[in-house]
Amino acid sequence: MSETRETGAAPLLEVRGLTKVFGQLKACDNIDLTIGKGEIHALLGENGAGKSTFVKMLFGSLEPAAGDIFWNGAKVAIKSPGQARKLGIGMVFQHFSLFEALTAAENILLSLDDDTSIIEIAEKAHSVSKAYGLPLDPYALVGDLSVGERQRIEIIRCLLQQPELIILDEPTSVLTPQEADKLFETLERLRSEGKSILYISHRLEEVKRMCDRATVLRHGKVVGHCDPRRETAASLARMMVGSDVVTAERPPASAAGGTELLGICGLSRKPAGPFSIPLRNIWLSLKAGEVLGIAGVAGNGQGEFFEAVSGEALQESADVIRIRGNPVGRLDISGRRLLGAAFVPEERLGHGAAPSMRLSENLLLSRFRTDAKAFLGRMGIIRGEPIKAASQRIIKEMDVRKSAEDPEAASLSGGNLQKFIIGRELDRKPSVLIVNQPTWGVDAGAAARIRQALIDLARAGSAVLVISQDLDELFEVSDAIAVMHGGQLSAPIPVAEATSERIGLLMGGADSGHDPRQSGEAA
Amino acid sequence: MFEAVFITIATAATPLLIAAMGELVVERSGVLNLGVEGMMIMGAVTGFAVTLTTGSPWLGALAAILVGALFSLMFAFLTLTLVTNQVATGLALTLLGLGLSGMIGESFVGRPGIKMAPLYIPWLTDLPYVGRLLFGQDPIFYISILLTAGVAWFLFYTKAGLTLRSVGDNHASAHALGINVIAIRYMAVMFGGACAGLAGGFLALVYVPQWVEGMSAGRGWIALALVVFASWRPWRVLAGAYLFGAVSIGQLHAQALGWPIPSQLLSSLPYLATIAVLVLISRNRRLTMVNTPACLGQSFVPDR
Amino acid sequence: MRIELVKRPQHSRLFSALSPFIAFALTLVAGAILFMALGKNPATTLYYYFIDPLMEMWSLHELAIKAAPLILIAVGLSVCFLSNNWNIGAEGQFVVGGIVGSMLPVLFPELKFWFVLPLMLVMGMAGGALYASIPAVLKVRFNTNEILTSLMLVYVAQLFLDWLVRGPWRNPAGMNFPGTVRFHEYAVLPELLPASGRAHWGFVFALIAALVVWFVLSKTLKGFQVKVLGQSPRAGRFAGFSSGRMVMFAFLVSGALAGLAGISEVSGAVKHLNEKLSIGYGFTAIIVAFLGRLNPLGIVAAGLVLALTYLGGEAAQISVGLSDKVVRAFQGLILFFVLACDTLIHYRIRLVRPRAAVAGGEASHV
Repeated sequence: MSETRETGAAPLLEVRGLTKVFGQLKACDNIDLTIGKGEIHALLGENGAGKSTFVKMLFGSLEPAAGDIFWNGAKVAIKSPGQARKLGIGMVFQHFSLFEALTAAENILLSLDDDTSIIEIAEKAHSVSKAYGLPLDPYALVGDLSVGERQRIEIIRCLLQQPELIILDEPTSVLTPQEADKLFETLERLRSEGKSILYISHRLEEVKRMCDRATVLRHGKVVGHCDPRRETAASLARMMVGSDVVTAERPPASAAGGTELLGICGLSRKPAGPFSIPLRNIWLSLKAGEVLGIAGVAGNGQGEFFEAVSGEALQESADVIRIRGNPVGRLDISGRRLLGAAFVPEERLGHGAAPSMRLSENLLLSRFRTDAKAFLGRMGIIRGEPIKAASQRIIKEMDVRKSAEDPEAASLSGGNLQKFIIGRELDRKPSVLIVNQPTWGVDAGAAARIRQALIDLARAGSAVLVISQDLDELFEVSDAIAVMHGGQLSAPIPVAEATSERIGLLMGGADSGHDPRQSGEAA
Repeated sequence: MFEAVFITIATAATPLLIAAMGELVVERSGVLNLGVEGMMIMGAVTGFAVTLTTGSPWLGALAAILVGALFSLMFAFLTLTLVTNQVATGLALTLLGLGLSGMIGESFVGRPGIKMAPLYIPWLTDLPYVGRLLFGQDPIFYISILLTAGVAWFLFYTKAGLTLRSVGDNHASAHALGINVIAIRYMAVMFGGACAGLAGGFLALVYVPQWVEGMSAGRGWIALALVVFASWRPWRVLAGAYLFGAVSIGQLHAQALGWPIPSQLLSSLPYLATIAVLVLISRNRRLTMVNTPACLGQSFVPDR
Repeated sequence: MRIELVKRPQHSRLFSALSPFIAFALTLVAGAILFMALGKNPATTLYYYFIDPLMEMWSLHELAIKAAPLILIAVGLSVCFLSNNWNIGAEGQFVVGGIVGSMLPVLFPELKFWFVLPLMLVMGMAGGALYASIPAVLKVRFNTNEILTSLMLVYVAQLFLDWLVRGPWRNPAGMNFPGTVRFHEYAVLPELLPASGRAHWGFVFALIAALVVWFVLSKTLKGFQVKVLGQSPRAGRFAGFSSGRMVMFAFLVSGALAGLAGISEVSGAVKHLNEKLSIGYGFTAIIVAFLGRLNPLGIVAAGLVLALTYLGGEAAQISVGLSDKVVRAFQGLILFFVLACDTLIHYRIRLVRPRAAVAGGEASHV
């Protein structure tokens, strides 16, 4: 596909040869891109392709190493976000740039460059929110709001600045399918008002549905410009990844159904912190050979649920959680591991791994107890050799790419570190694996490998619980999907009966009309 | 009697209030500067020395403010530019301040100082009952009250104050919006330094007009505790400072009255009270978690 | 010129080893400037500070006496700081260790047996550990900031000591000077080589403590636990380590070592308890811990260096008439430079000229 240049007036934004280097890494390498007025332009690429770096340069938060930006035909140097806003560029961040301890109106005020009173802001925000159908309470504390509501603040904040170009970075990754539909309506409306939109996503269906043109990035370089409507999802994916995309193979689960390996009976938990979610009466039964997916919008109790199941937070009564038939509610995480359970948390750096420690030390982190015989000598002396050998084994098995023999965890890319962390647990051949956001921020190749490994583990007779925000991923790996909303868990729906619409409604908080107590039998 | 007691309480509370108010602003911007004690003692020695050499307590107070701010700049450079650990660097500042002040003040030990005169406002000061109480204090007392009101107004009623709070709440978000996190923190730290300097100056100009090595005697640390006690709110700092002023004056009076309790044990009361108060406040984890600036003590390196 | 930090992909081993030396060199430069400002010849003064005290045997003994408490306390603090527990009340634990250890010879002077001294040492350790457990328990139980509580307890301990030696424990035959009776021979820590100087067994305790703690920190699961919980508490919780128990462990170890330092100082160097016991070893040890890069073996070297500054301060006072107050300012400077130089371990420092940012080639790397 070649770029079709509009004749006549200069395009709204033209970028030539934009480059950004971090250390040895060329995060963006000589990127060209043109956006016309009233155009929705997609920026496609998988995790780590350089999309976020690129838009941060457009928004003035990163300084380009080389290249030019033209705005309405005139060359500009965008030195700060304030300057970008003055030009008419607005941005909705992927990881919101919001302040939890402040109100919505205060958050909006902070991004305006003139001095306006809070009351005025609240009024303006109210009228914009009405005009675009984005309900918002200007005096609510951001910390108390859901992710969807937070995104609304970001969008309203952006619209209040009357931007010509709106940049949205992965806006649907935190929304339910229904919420995403509403967002698309808003975007269509903005286009009809003559605004331009740079839409960053790795979700191909929505790009095909909405965007006029697309630019595809891979490893920091532009690999093509195209009209997404004339492409198929598969051809777009091929451009993004550079090869055919593998989806995981999921052989049918054995019809007989295995024994229960993980049982949760009426798990409740009080909120641990000021902005955390209480868990309410969760029931679940997971059998050998099975992958159960838990869908849900971020911040609906998944993290709290993970901590409760892993034993980082204990339960009041032992019977609430059973692992391989043993009541473990009062056992800590090591005790639960000794019974055959393994855990992979959402945060890789700082939770699943200590960032400044070497991979071999990070291996010891989750396995010093289960592999005490191999890894520890008398008086708790650490035996270096077997640990090194085991970590090299995992590195080889999971194809972890690294720059040194035994590097610090923080120096690995997200995908490679995740492969190591998952490999660390798989290496133990756990009978129950609980993993939170297995492929979040991971490139397609690593993601495919991780998903296949999860399925293979289950088919080999273990039980796997996958908590994820990524519906496509859950449809790919799960035998059944349950939905977590507001700290409650719906009954699991067998994947054959689950549709994205049905799951989406549950993610948005629709009543499942189901007594959680019977959920065990539904799977 | 009550009048005299209140005035002495105010004298004990004022340095705590000023130092704590400065630290409150610093912490609201997300920086933990444990060097208050060091900045305070530097302010004390400078204030005393300059007053003695120039004969003007006002110049002394001004010099104390300047030295406090300059001294805090060292902390700011290390923690903000070189991203060193804030706790360790704050301790370093305190140790350096105690050492340097001892060195600078050596030739001033034992020399009588010049006391800053109380303010006399004709007519107002002569009012019955409340006159001396409200209008006959030393000038720095009024500065401390104005400072409290000023900080409260700045933090909660101005956009600059909102920006400062936002930096303390989430520096990454603030940076993404184009707020210059490091510059704001530099200014906050220097404001804190200036306040600690003035508080120290007050000690050597009003509280006991002479130089004694280590005369801050842990007041910088108590000021730090006051900020926690007040859950980062200016008017509560005022209340806390007066509470502590009352405790330390109370124990002095008890000593003077010849109670059968050893003076050393009475002298340790303010420190024990600090611990007790900290325990009472921090017991309520939820409350402290909501109020603590979320980025307190964390380093920030902006990517460019 | 603007300073920019660029994160290194791996921490620099070179600068891990070099940073204390760079820091020390910078301190010497700053010290020389300071001496010049005070009107002294910098070369002569530095000589008296760092070389002269090493020239005579008795002086080396004094060095060991001064280094012993610094090393003992700093080794304990390394466990605290590595596990992210900010015990800055070691001075108080040192004092309480001295007090509790002195109970036997002061309250039961008639008790003259061989076991008195070992018992005193154990009591000193127990006293220090117990006193350190106050901030630890408050932190675990009530989430109270340990920095402030441990520091407040320093003042309390000092005042308590002052009251004891002026009041109930004062030597009746001491002509109203504050201080207890002199300890009898069974209560005195023996000298190592009485023929050549006063150095006592406290220095040996310090070396043993450094070796043991070094071994635990670098070779055992306990040490791994200390580091994980210090660097990323959440990962530590994920591993199954209890942060509450770690708080207790770190405070008890450092309190016990500070207490041992206290009673060793009382029974080895001073030989009775007086109000001058607390002269800031507990705070100087913070500098020692950081100069030793929180590694117990490094701390031994750092402890000797800081002890040298004490002796050097005295030497410089006698020979060039430089005030002994300069020492503490000098020590404070060391810590500043150490912290600043540690930045080089994790970052490269770039000096960027304001307009040259795009050209890239104009930035100079350090």
